Amino acid sequence: MFSLSTFLDAFWPLTMAARYTLLVSGLGIALGLVIGAFVCVLALSKSRAARIAAAVWVSYLRGVPMLVQLLVVFFLLPVIGIDVPAIVAAVVTTAIVASAYISEIWRGAITALPRGQAEAAIAIGMRPRDSWIRIILPQAVALSIPQLINELILLVKASSLVSVVGVMEITRASQAQAGVTFRPLEAYLAAACLYLAINLCLAALGRWLEHRMAV
Amino acid sequence: MDLSIFTEYGPRLLAGFRLTIICWLLGTVFGAALGLLIAVAQRYGGRTVRWALQTYIELIRGTPFLVQLFLLYYGGPMIGLRLDPMPAGLLGLTIYGSPYFAEIFRSAFRAVPLGLIEAGRAIGMTELAIVRRILLPVGLVSAVPALVNFSIILTKETVILSIITVPEVMYQTQYMATMTFTFLEGYFTLALFFWAFVEVISRLGRRLERRITRHLIERT
Repeated sequence: MFSLSTFLDAFWPLTMAARYTLLVSGLGIALGLVIGAFVCVLALSKSRAARIAAAVWVSYLRGVPMLVQLLVVFFLLPVIGIDVPAIVAAVVTTAIVASAYISEIWRGAITALPRGQAEAAIAIGMRPRDSWIRIILPQAVALSIPQLINELILLVKASSLVSVVGVMEITRASQAQAGVTFRPLEAYLAAACLYLAINLCLAALGRWLEHRMAV
Repeated sequence: MDLSIFTEYGPRLLAGFRLTIICWLLGTVFGAALGLLIAVAQRYGGRTVRWALQTYIELIRGTPFLVQLFLLYYGGPMIGLRLDPMPAGLLGLTIYGSPYFAEIFRSAFRAVPLGLIEAGRAIGMTELAIVRRILLPVGLVSAVPALVNFSIILTKETVILSIITVPEVMYQTQYMATMTFTFLEGYFTLALFFWAFVEVISRLGRRLERRITRHLIERT
């Protein structure tokens, strides 16, 4: 029998835990944007070695399941002498996985810009640096907004995996809730509802941003 | 690093890998079949059907696979759905994949030139015949790259089945790791293993794409 009160009671602890879900995915995408920009620069660089390094980075991170990577990072950090709480391993994994996808998103956005834009900037006498900052990057960022929001939604869902190393985010909290109340159905349904609410908000934010930044 | 663990636990890992491939293949096939059904129903169903299916798609795409699995495996028995790990995992993969497949098929169907469908109507084909002889053959070909891409994404989702104790390769690696305290070696090997696996099937996928869409490429 479905118990409505257990279902509703589960929301409070899960909402508290949602802070960690948002922390892991939010920090993950923020760091991912930085590392991703760096990887993207490597991928577009003239040096062959840099391009190969970027290609290997992207192919490894996109080819290996995130759960496996999480455990590699989680067990690797102590071995190389960095003893940090599980949440750090979770954020690091999320960030490097995100960086691979984000660098591809940005590479796509930059190469999708008409060549005439950069050529026109040079033709009117802009220096390469100015043409990047004032012409190419603003348009590339605007173009990539929908995909970046999409990536963020994927990360929110992927952050459920960090429950495995003991980070008390929504999924872990719902497991605890199911253990305490012996009612897994209600606990996990509440978790599903929370994820759905977060993702619907993000999707709405994405549509709004896309509308505002339309090129 | 002690390599003898791999001679001892190798057979286990291989058995796990075999199961991973089985889960992936069945999950992809069932998920694609369900997705196809949804896409066709969305095209021909009334407003209620379309709305219900759209809600289903949003629900599944908005929640993590792990939570869906927990709901199915631990929550299911409370409403009388008692499944072993393997069937629960396969059902979970099928449900998880179906909305993504449905969207792929939906956009592929939209890409079928309207003239072909009108021509079908004009020569008196029934709607079923139009689906079977125009929409599917033409649409499926243009859907192949997206289908290959999503089936590669599904390979990586199969490791999550280990959390509900499906004895696939991740589960076996965890078993080995806890028995021998070789966590890093185990997971790192698994990572390399998957990397190679995904590279191989994406190459095969690209070859398949080229083979199937050969007639679409203009000869110069």
